[in-house]
Amino acid sequence: MKLQRAHVLVSVDPETVMAGAKEVEERLIKEIESRGLSDEIKVLETGTLGISGKGVVLVVYPEGIYYENVKPDDVPKIVEEHLLKGRPVKELMLPELPVRAVKRETVGLTRKQVRIVLENAGVIDPENIEEYIAVGGYEALEKALTSMKPEEVIEEVKKSGLRGRGGAGFPTGLKWEFTRKAEGDIKYVICNADEGEPGTFKDRLILEGDPHKLLEGMMLCAYAIGARKGYIYIRGEYALSIKRMQKAIDDAYKYGLLGEDILGTGFSFDIEIKKGAGAYVCGEETALIESLEGKRGQPRFKPPYPVTHGLWQKPTVVNNVETLANVPSIIKNGAEWYKKFGTEKSTGTKVYTILGHVKYPGLIEVEMGTPLREIIFSYGGGIKNGKKFKAALVGGAAGVFLPDRLLDVKMDFDNLKEYKAVLGSGAILVMNEDACMVDMLFSIIRFFYHESCGKCTPCRIGTRELLELIKKVRKGEGEESDLDKMIKISESMWKSSFCPLGQSLIMPVKSAIENFREEFVKHLDKEFHCENCRR
Amino acid sequence: MNDWVTIYIDGKEIKARKGDNLLKVARENGIDIPGLCFLEKITPTGACRLCVVKIEGRPGMIPSCLVAVEDGMKVIAFDEELEETRKILLNMILSEHNDDCINCDKDGDCELQDLAYKYGLGIESRIFSPIWKDIPQVKDESSPVLIYDSSKCIKCARCVKACYEIQAKGVLNFAQRGINEYVVAGLGVWADSECDGCGECVQACPVGAIAEKPVYGMRIRKKDVDRRVVTTCPYCGVGCQLELWIKDNKIVKVKGADKIPNYGKTCVKGRFGLDFVNREDRLKKPLIRKEGKFVEVEWDEALNYVAKRLKEIKEKYGPDAIAGLASAKCTNEENFVFQKFMRAVIGTNNVDHCARLCHASTVAGLARAFGSGAMTNSIEELEYADVILVTGSNTTETHPVIATLIKRAVLFHRAKLIVVDPRKIDLVKYATLWLQQKNGTDVAWINGMMHVIIKEGLYDEGFIRERTEGFNEFKKIIEQYTPERVEEITGIPKHKIIEAARIYGRAQKASIVYAMGITQHTTGTDNVLSLANLAMLTGNVGRESTGVNPLRGQNNVQGACDLGSLPNVYPGYQKVNDPQIEEKFEKAWGVKLSDKPGLTVVEMMYAATEGKIKAFYFMGENPMVSDPNIPHVKEALESVEFLVCQDIFMTETTQFADVILPAASFAEKYGTFTNTERRILWVEKAIDPPGEAKPDWIIIRDLAKKMGYEMKYTSIKDIIDEINRLSPIYAGITYERIMRGERLQWPCPDPSHPGTKYLHKDKFSRGLGKFHPVDYIPPAEWPEDEYPFLLSTGRILYHFHTGSMTRRTNVLPKYVEGPYMEMHPEDMKRLGIEDGDEVKVTSRRGFIKIKAIASDRVSLGSVFIPFHFAEAAANVLTNDALDPIAKIPELKVAACKIEKI
Repeated sequence: MKLQRAHVLVSVDPETVMAGAKEVEERLIKEIESRGLSDEIKVLETGTLGISGKGVVLVVYPEGIYYENVKPDDVPKIVEEHLLKGRPVKELMLPELPVRAVKRETVGLTRKQVRIVLENAGVIDPENIEEYIAVGGYEALEKALTSMKPEEVIEEVKKSGLRGRGGAGFPTGLKWEFTRKAEGDIKYVICNADEGEPGTFKDRLILEGDPHKLLEGMMLCAYAIGARKGYIYIRGEYALSIKRMQKAIDDAYKYGLLGEDILGTGFSFDIEIKKGAGAYVCGEETALIESLEGKRGQPRFKPPYPVTHGLWQKPTVVNNVETLANVPSIIKNGAEWYKKFGTEKSTGTKVYTILGHVKYPGLIEVEMGTPLREIIFSYGGGIKNGKKFKAALVGGAAGVFLPDRLLDVKMDFDNLKEYKAVLGSGAILVMNEDACMVDMLFSIIRFFYHESCGKCTPCRIGTRELLELIKKVRKGEGEESDLDKMIKISESMWKSSFCPLGQSLIMPVKSAIENFREEFVKHLDKEFHCENCRR
Repeated sequence: MNDWVTIYIDGKEIKARKGDNLLKVARENGIDIPGLCFLEKITPTGACRLCVVKIEGRPGMIPSCLVAVEDGMKVIAFDEELEETRKILLNMILSEHNDDCINCDKDGDCELQDLAYKYGLGIESRIFSPIWKDIPQVKDESSPVLIYDSSKCIKCARCVKACYEIQAKGVLNFAQRGINEYVVAGLGVWADSECDGCGECVQACPVGAIAEKPVYGMRIRKKDVDRRVVTTCPYCGVGCQLELWIKDNKIVKVKGADKIPNYGKTCVKGRFGLDFVNREDRLKKPLIRKEGKFVEVEWDEALNYVAKRLKEIKEKYGPDAIAGLASAKCTNEENFVFQKFMRAVIGTNNVDHCARLCHASTVAGLARAFGSGAMTNSIEELEYADVILVTGSNTTETHPVIATLIKRAVLFHRAKLIVVDPRKIDLVKYATLWLQQKNGTDVAWINGMMHVIIKEGLYDEGFIRERTEGFNEFKKIIEQYTPERVEEITGIPKHKIIEAARIYGRAQKASIVYAMGITQHTTGTDNVLSLANLAMLTGNVGRESTGVNPLRGQNNVQGACDLGSLPNVYPGYQKVNDPQIEEKFEKAWGVKLSDKPGLTVVEMMYAATEGKIKAFYFMGENPMVSDPNIPHVKEALESVEFLVCQDIFMTETTQFADVILPAASFAEKYGTFTNTERRILWVEKAIDPPGEAKPDWIIIRDLAKKMGYEMKYTSIKDIIDEINRLSPIYAGITYERIMRGERLQWPCPDPSHPGTKYLHKDKFSRGLGKFHPVDYIPPAEWPEDEYPFLLSTGRILYHFHTGSMTRRTNVLPKYVEGPYMEMHPEDMKRLGIEDGDEVKVTSRRGFIKIKAIASDRVSLGSVFIPFHFAEAAANVLTNDALDPIAKIPELKVAACKIEKI
């Protein structure tokens, strides 16, 4: 690797490309060339930097300074002032930003994140395997393959307390152990990268920004459970993720990290990417497996669970991207190290997507157990434009609407349960006083109605009935009993639906209606305060 | 899995087998948990959610259809909360269902209607508005046999799963998702899909979403019918049990009966192709040709006339101047009576039937090798074989229900399927390996496989030593059949021969399935002997899911053979030239019998043109379409002095008759058929015959009396009793047992014998199995300069034999209307023939004009013509060269030329 004194990483994802990232990048290269700095400063593309709604974003290392809303015409100034003269351009800098990795010191920023999963995202060139190796990548794999038995890897993961980040929070080590012990010679690892939850893009940051970390996590899992083949099921719309992951896989093969006899240890493993076709339900592990088998993406009945009867009826681990991306650090640094982060029963960190009416929408990684209030008001910077907070939808579309009085909840698996809420996808949608809860609930129900696969009665028809009711309420045409009917329907769905898709709609429906009933009643009296409903 | 466990449902103690389906167990024990998507023959879906229960120790509500019972399981099936949930779910289902019961075929037979009634969910008491009106409605009426209406569909997936899991076709699936979901066939249009109209989906539908079109001429509800009668299908040799719905003495609907061997399955013909019975053009009165015209006469006159003419001819030319063809379509009892008539009343052994044209070589070959010329194993065993070798059988089209078992073996039981066939038949899609041999080179590839098996030590030494003879002599011949040489003869790449040999040779349980592609050759017997060699070599005989399994073509071709409608044997394959046997029958029938074996079908035709046969008696046969070299058959029929035809319709053959006697169809009489697996199946009278038509056995009985021989039969029982006495293999299959619903397989030597599921267990019928050294001999005719194309003939799914039944149905001609020839697109291009052009096909026997269609099912240089269609009868072209032993003609290989018109 050539030594350079500075790196500029340009966030290239659909959003920033729309905002002109490519033009900015071209201009950067040109300006650097024209000043004869090409040998000293390297311009790289990275995935999303986890910052949303801020136009083109770049980050300059080694300082780790973020620039937002960069236009091509801003480039000469950044190059001249910052890169040549070492004076950051204050007016373009992201005011209070984020980053303090666990190991990586960054300067000048007040808010501190704890980055394990995202430690390399936005730091290294994701398309360069050598950069990943240079920051300690694949050390965990080497350690496991050369000095640990598969059972020891499982033991370490179990001890670390790592729980699944896909939403359900099942202990990862236990899942691996079940799969290892399940009968059969052929086993599979599947990485669930079908990130379809509205307002969630935490997995994308890993896929785009640090693909090798995910591969390493999968390899460790494969070694632990005795799998020879792995699949990454990526949401089809994630074109850049697919491209980056494919590049990473190809490079890993070239470096002998995938394929036959990896690192000369006799361990062999292959990974293949499968593209999802845009069905939300395929994020459910058994529906994902069905889809992977080439069938209609509909859930299977559990038990048997995938750990014994998964892909092609073989024992299979299905883990979320974020879960797997935690594993290399655990193996490298040990379970004891990992357990220092988070709470007793929810160890480690969690990546959140903060969206909505906050000052700094984007991705953060903080320790488990961080209070929701802190996430919204410190990391998210609070409500923008001086408005008041009204509610946060926590856990994704199938999450719970929490009002201000419930914001002190500590964000981990068990605490949230007490609030009848879930961590879910880690999405936190923040609404200010102007937001309309009826309209919000309408959007959510419409989403579920659209995504219901149709297999079981309660979800297929229940979502439709709910949609009809919320439409009525939204127009002010319903009766108060319709609100109770909605709860009743979603309760039957919770009791009798086939899979979590139908079961979980009760959370937004019940929390919205119960916590904001007044607002719903006002709608019934045709007292609208939002444009959408008035129309 | 056979452990019994105790479970408790609502406090009731229930014994069940561990792992059994909870919903099934509950229902069997009188606990009627509701449910709409559950169907015992398919995997549970858990879609409707109505069967939810609570189980102690498990959270929430669980659909009982997805639960396997475990010891001590405590289940709550009914409580307020469950019933409330079910009510809401039912309300939901009703809101998406167009409950137009008043105008629905399923009214009174609808599972949803029953539940709505039970829960009191009338239109006024529903919670939800009828949303079915607001969602896109899809109605597909393109199939000839059924209609799909999404507004009635409750998305239970029973049809989708029935199509895939029961019929192993997988044509159906859902399109769209959520509330917009609906069922589609193939890519979206039923008529353009691979749906073959078997109707399994209709039978599976709990509501009226998939409904039959009124193929039997009227819309019908279950409550409209007068009675429902279980009987045996009259088409192929599978012997499907059908439930005929009868109204006003007509068949108005057909369902598959849930009995062995088909367990509810049918094919398109069995379900939708029985309306020929109802046809107006059925023969209703005896006809005598007077001055060149058929004139209706009374029975007495007709029978007197026939008796008089037969007596005259017998007196003038001797009994051997009369020949009779019995029928593989008629019952066992009728075949018995017919051959008895020919032997005891006429005094000749000149009795044969169309088995001569299909499995004569099987009977000859397997009798020589094993001692018994029938399917060794049972149909249902096929599903559990490790390896199935199908050769010369387009099973999907000729034995559709057996094909489903072969496909199920592949799809659900991981069986390996080897298909050896010159045509790319449907089963090739399911095959591990497809060997495409040149027509008529079967001995060579079978020998080639055995060469590899011996060379690689994959043969069963113990079996050969203990159970067989003739191995060493046989082995010498096999040594010459190296894969290289076999490739040269057959055109099959040698690596495929080796691979096939390894797959077959390594199997624990390997079944061979074959049909006409093996038998209809001048080397037919050799081919069969070779397959027998192959099975013996690997010890694949005499065990479950193994064997050599000829698929018999006609509903009762097995029975017609069993009951002695063959020129060399009495019923039960007892030789006519065995003095002891002769004595037994002479004693039983009270007359002197001939010990001279009679003539076979094709020999009869030649004897007729040579002036040796003067009269023919045909019972339900149509040689003018079914036999090879039709020009010669015509000559034969014209040259005899007297021809009697007994049939249900006017056919191409009856045109030549002097007397035509109207017979009852399968639905109009009692009796038994013996299916391909030697199983005796009851035929129940469902309706009265039209006009004055009578069952064949009554006609023959009455005719015998007119000729001075009394057959004292007053019912089918009397005939069965006599069969029990005279035919040892049928001795134990008594009328009483049949009436009790037993469906026994012969041999069944006494009334306490359970019947024989598979033959040759521990000991072959002939003692030791015999290896026959068989050398490859090329077909009698081979394409050359003047006749460069190789013609093969066969059956298709939608028609049967000479088409006299299927072409008289409403629906089957909508699938395939008339004759056509499959031809390779490149051959067509070379000859400048466009898809659909009419061409002239000429062989040494004659020519026909026929539509050519492009198809890659046939190989380059080959053509295929279905033989069902008289107007372009394939058998005008076929070669009547005979197998020297079995006298079967070489229907599968003929040389022909093709010219553009």
